[in-house]
Amino acid sequence: MPAQINRILLLFTAFIGLFLVVRHFLIPETFGQYGHYRGASLDDISSREMVFADKEDCFACHDDIMEILENEMHAGLSCLICHGPGREHVDDPQLGNINKESGREFCGRCHDIHPSRPLDVVNQVDIKTHHTEKTNCIECHNPHALWEGME
Amino acid sequence: MEDHYQHLYEMLSQVEGYIYPNEIELQWGILIVLYPYLTGLVAGAFILASLERVFKIKVLGPTYQLALITALSFLIVAPFTLISHLGQPLRAYEIMITPNGTSAMAIFGFIYLWYLLAVLNLEIWLDYRRDFVIWAKEKKGFMRGVYKVLSLGTSDISPKAVKLDDRLGYIITVIGIPSAFLLHGYVGFIFGSIKANPWWSTVLMPVIFIFSAMVSGIALIMILYMVVSFLRKVKIDMACLDTIAKYLFYMLILDFTLESLDQVHRIYEAEESFDILNVLVNGRLNITLFIFQIFSGMIIPLIGIGAIQLFKVREQVRKIIYLLTGVMVLVGIFFMRWNVVIGGQLFSKGFHGFTNFKLGLVGSEGLFMAIMWMVLPFVILAFLLWLLPPWKKEEAA
Amino acid sequence: MAAAGTLVLSSVSRPFNVLLMASDPPPEEGPWWGIAIDITTCIGCGMCARACKMENDVPDEPFYFRTWVEQYTVLNNGEVKIESPNGGIDGFKSSVPEEEIFKTFFVPKMCNHCSKSPCTQVCPVGATFESPDGVALVDEKYCIGCGYCVQACPYGCRYLHPEKKVADKCTLCYHRLKNGLAPACMEVCPSKARIYGNLRDRDSEIVRFLKEHDYQVLKPHLNTGSKLYYNGLTAEIS
Repeated sequence: MPAQINRILLLFTAFIGLFLVVRHFLIPETFGQYGHYRGASLDDISSREMVFADKEDCFACHDDIMEILENEMHAGLSCLICHGPGREHVDDPQLGNINKESGREFCGRCHDIHPSRPLDVVNQVDIKTHHTEKTNCIECHNPHALWEGME
Repeated sequence: MEDHYQHLYEMLSQVEGYIYPNEIELQWGILIVLYPYLTGLVAGAFILASLERVFKIKVLGPTYQLALITALSFLIVAPFTLISHLGQPLRAYEIMITPNGTSAMAIFGFIYLWYLLAVLNLEIWLDYRRDFVIWAKEKKGFMRGVYKVLSLGTSDISPKAVKLDDRLGYIITVIGIPSAFLLHGYVGFIFGSIKANPWWSTVLMPVIFIFSAMVSGIALIMILYMVVSFLRKVKIDMACLDTIAKYLFYMLILDFTLESLDQVHRIYEAEESFDILNVLVNGRLNITLFIFQIFSGMIIPLIGIGAIQLFKVREQVRKIIYLLTGVMVLVGIFFMRWNVVIGGQLFSKGFHGFTNFKLGLVGSEGLFMAIMWMVLPFVILAFLLWLLPPWKKEEAA
Repeated sequence: MAAAGTLVLSSVSRPFNVLLMASDPPPEEGPWWGIAIDITTCIGCGMCARACKMENDVPDEPFYFRTWVEQYTVLNNGEVKIESPNGGIDGFKSSVPEEEIFKTFFVPKMCNHCSKSPCTQVCPVGATFESPDGVALVDEKYCIGCGYCVQACPYGCRYLHPEKKVADKCTLCYHRLKNGLAPACMEVCPSKARIYGNLRDRDSEIVRFLKEHDYQVLKPHLNTGSKLYYNGLTAEIS
């Protein structure tokens, strides 16, 4: 074989061989387990820490609130909407990191009158004019039993 | 990080209409503009070289090696623009070890390596092998060793062996032409295959990229040939220069036709995305598109070189026209890439608004970085011309 | 020699194992997650977008969202105004005089978890993919941060995480899903405008919802196989 072809083939074979060996050691262990990705990444992603709790977690302790809520307007709503993520509180109830949102702005996110907000889905008032003598909605409305204070 | 957010807040204040909230930040900046620009120069320069080799346009002989070495210099730098724009540059090797078969970008590594190693390097090596052997004998000391290594230990420079070099080189150039088309056509496909983006998604994109690549590559070699001749204080072979300019003229016509066809088609079909693209083209892209890309990058060079084809023009004037139009074409093609890459990200994929792009000076996506990647190929070119001087070849022959 | 041969052979074949098996139909067991959003019941409180950022370590700056809410206002003169200040996280204020409004509504947006997803198609290295249960995910330890998937998503649902420097997107709260919990955005939705469920389960809430409503997906002409079904989707929405 002529020297130049010989050298070219030698170099290319060496290069490809080296590439394949390096590649073998660089490919992650679980790559291709389920598809063209690292199989272990599914576990990585599903083992992430949760920040929000679950409504069921709340009712495991707060069954009194659950009973009040049962026939209420806010029945079916998750506690976490107003009370915040709460996972830390579930893990350690001593931690008092639970929100008690009650201001006009917060309640208004759902209940302020807004043309885009469907009226048949949620009761709305104009938070700018609705009982302006009161600063806080919960002065009249108990969020767990809405019309209680009105009677 | 704070600077980054501050920059984004500034962009947020310049948003027009409604864009999806994640679209304020452009993912691809000037480095991704440079990437197709550089590979385009590579492909174009190579095609010019193969005109001489395969299509036997012997008058282009003086630029054959120059074109090949220029292609190599730019090809070496091209992937660095890609790698340095990555969020995780150290993971770039993954594209080689686990390329995703359905991704246009994944094939990049392989086409690149194929083109670099199996086409360009081989062709240059075979072309220079005989000279390496001769230079190794002539030189002393360190340089002798360098040329010895470059000759890969071959020493046979009998007419038979040199003939074989030539034969192999010819075969590689023949393979090289479709490879050069592939190299740059696929860059066009990276953009053309994104169905989410109507500014990119056109079947003509790879074809337009190939022809614009040839335009830019030929213009670059035309200028380089003049500059290198000037620096070496040798007389320019006007027959060669005129022929390069003639091919540049043909390619300009083809490129102009294709790009016009693309736009005419878009305008006539006036699909869902037309309204927003219309505003884009007449608004945020109007200077870079109409002035730089079309007027000074296309029409003026066409008139300039076209006039030379029609009328008898003095040599000195021809040189000036070639130099000016060459620069205008290079700037024009740069802005063509700019208009594709940046333009495609300025409008919302919801078609209801625009974000803005402001080129920073420093940072990995800044202007200085881009200038560095743009200058580096010329440094490598200077080094390679010193190491592999095409004019010394002639003396040896 | 034999060992080296085996090494080379297995190295060549390993990444292709999946391709070789590709002729098998996808498994019919296990869940196949889908999402339904009811535009007619969304009240635009923005709790979903807020909860998502808390749950998923999404930067607070208003440039990164896994889910957000858009407010559409169609004016009497036919003009369409779309707004999403801070993705709706701070709630919405009405910005158009009521007498000019023809129609107005909220549209929550999130990853469509497409079954023929354009984003996973273009990933050069296999760092973003569709999980066996139909969720489009990103492997943040493998992503090179090239941004190609961000370009390929027609719905603007991806971004490059500014600190992690990798692509980031809705995981349908995969870590909650796997523990039998609802994604954070759905957990906090007060009007049940967002539901998720197993599309293979004939009795699931989502299948019932799809049976009872005239649903549509976003940009159907792009054929992305979107698994996010909207009720109340109108011609203005894009």
